[in-house]
Amino acid sequence: MRRVLAIALMAFTEAVRDRVLYIILVFALAMIGSSAALVTISVGGEGRIVKDLGLACITLFGLFIAVFIGIRLVSREIERRTVLLLLSRPVGRGAFLVGKFIGLALTLFVNVGAMALGLLLLARMLEGEWTPPLLLAAGFAFLELTILTAFSILFATFSTPTLSTVLTLLVFVIGRLSRDLVAFAAQFDSVSLHTTASAIYYALPNLSLFNLGSLGAGGSLPSGATLLLTAAYALGYMTAILALAIAIFRRRDFQ
Amino acid sequence: MEAIRCQGVCKDYRVGFWRQRVRVLHDLELTVGAGETFGYLGPNGAGKTTTIKILLGLLRPTAGSAWLCGREASRPEARSVAGFLPETPAFYDYLTGEEFLAFMAQLAGLSRAMAREQIPALLDRVGLSGAGTRQLRKYSKGMLQRIGMAQALLGDPAVVILDEPMSGLDPIGRKEIRDIMVGLRKEARTVFFSSHIIPDVEMLCDRVGILLGGRLARIGRLDELLGTEIDSVEVTLADLPPEAAAALADGALAPPLVQGDRVQLRLRGEGGVDAVLRRTLAAGGRVLSVVPHRRTLEEIFLAEVAERGRR
Repeated sequence: MRRVLAIALMAFTEAVRDRVLYIILVFALAMIGSSAALVTISVGGEGRIVKDLGLACITLFGLFIAVFIGIRLVSREIERRTVLLLLSRPVGRGAFLVGKFIGLALTLFVNVGAMALGLLLLARMLEGEWTPPLLLAAGFAFLELTILTAFSILFATFSTPTLSTVLTLLVFVIGRLSRDLVAFAAQFDSVSLHTTASAIYYALPNLSLFNLGSLGAGGSLPSGATLLLTAAYALGYMTAILALAIAIFRRRDFQ
Repeated sequence: MEAIRCQGVCKDYRVGFWRQRVRVLHDLELTVGAGETFGYLGPNGAGKTTTIKILLGLLRPTAGSAWLCGREASRPEARSVAGFLPETPAFYDYLTGEEFLAFMAQLAGLSRAMAREQIPALLDRVGLSGAGTRQLRKYSKGMLQRIGMAQALLGDPAVVILDEPMSGLDPIGRKEIRDIMVGLRKEARTVFFSSHIIPDVEMLCDRVGILLGGRLARIGRLDELLGTEIDSVEVTLADLPPEAAAALADGALAPPLVQGDRVQLRLRGEGGVDAVLRRTLAAGGRVLSVVPHRRTLEEIFLAEVAERGRR
């Protein structure tokens, strides 16, 4: 466990020292801040617009961190061959990947936290009251991003950084639309279309579950049981994806 | 006790668009005893690094098995007895030397107290005690190799595996690494190192293995490989009349080398030396030196390479 934490801390340190992270974070905070400008040209529901846009920004820029920093952290370790030094110690390959995952999740947590706090303050300034559900919505965005981080690590174990980026972004897009895809397929009589849509729905995560955006920004929240079930779904999914990544990574040769 | 053992190890790589199998290691049988310094010689592409990576579980053998101190090499716990310095090691260059060693100490399973004790001692041992707080990106190539050596020695490993430790270093850097290796030998640690710098191997090793085209062509103690037989004798003579010098050239391995009044001859074996000396003195010449030459490891290595080329 000490080795896993050492790798996690090193991954976090490396991510924190990556300039790309700051570019993404500054850009995200600027986007959240500039959404306040929209208030001046909208009629009514100003706070809601800011909160909706803010939560969308948290997910989008968090996705950039998960994809660009996450894949770089694993791929670069392999490309630069620092992995040879790490794995020549009594460190299992599973421990290596879990350590990387925890380090990345910690990076995401800090960044999503910073963005959420910025949004919370902005909403307070506009509406004159605190909106705690925003933090819950940001928390679920974080869970969604950790699933995507697990996918980015999975792809980085066997493909190039570019392909890993494309594949992770595809998982995000399809994961967000998979429920709509099934509803869309239901409108047609084609059995193969139904089967394909269902296969995609069950094979990839249903990321729309984590989108509490409009709810967090004013609407009603799902029940506690639903939220717990969604969180358990995220944990189960990321565990399964990490287990798959570890199985692939264990078979990998480092030439 | 065997520190390193390879039994029937084969390794195939898949290459090219059609992923064709190419065998780079053929049925490797190798043992290295505890406390031995073993030199693993071979030209580039012979399979030295592949063998090392199999020993460290970084590559999976296609067939056969490898063990470190009796533990199956593919298992992480086998690596708790080993320290490794890869060829051209890469580091986290934003870390300082001390931070890097502290990180590697955690991976080696050292307690904080042990790490605090070992890190300054190792920095001192590799001559970097003044550079521990400097970022690795500011280290020279020689310093990086030495910090790599320091991390390999964290946790006092019983087996130290070094892949081309002297490669790319200037003569001073090579000497520094060589001195550390001499120290390891004195401590009776098992050292397994690959190299194509033959004089270094000859200077440091108890036993040598020569790997050619993925096959172990020769293996044995250095004195067994080199033998005790005199291969040639170099005789330097002076003040010889030209006709006497020409007559002596008949028994030489190569035409005599004439420099002013000096003549240098290289004779095959010891047999003809007495006759040459007698004839020199009889002709009024002087004998300046007689230097016997044994076969060098380099000659053995080159002969093996040439032999394999002919096959």
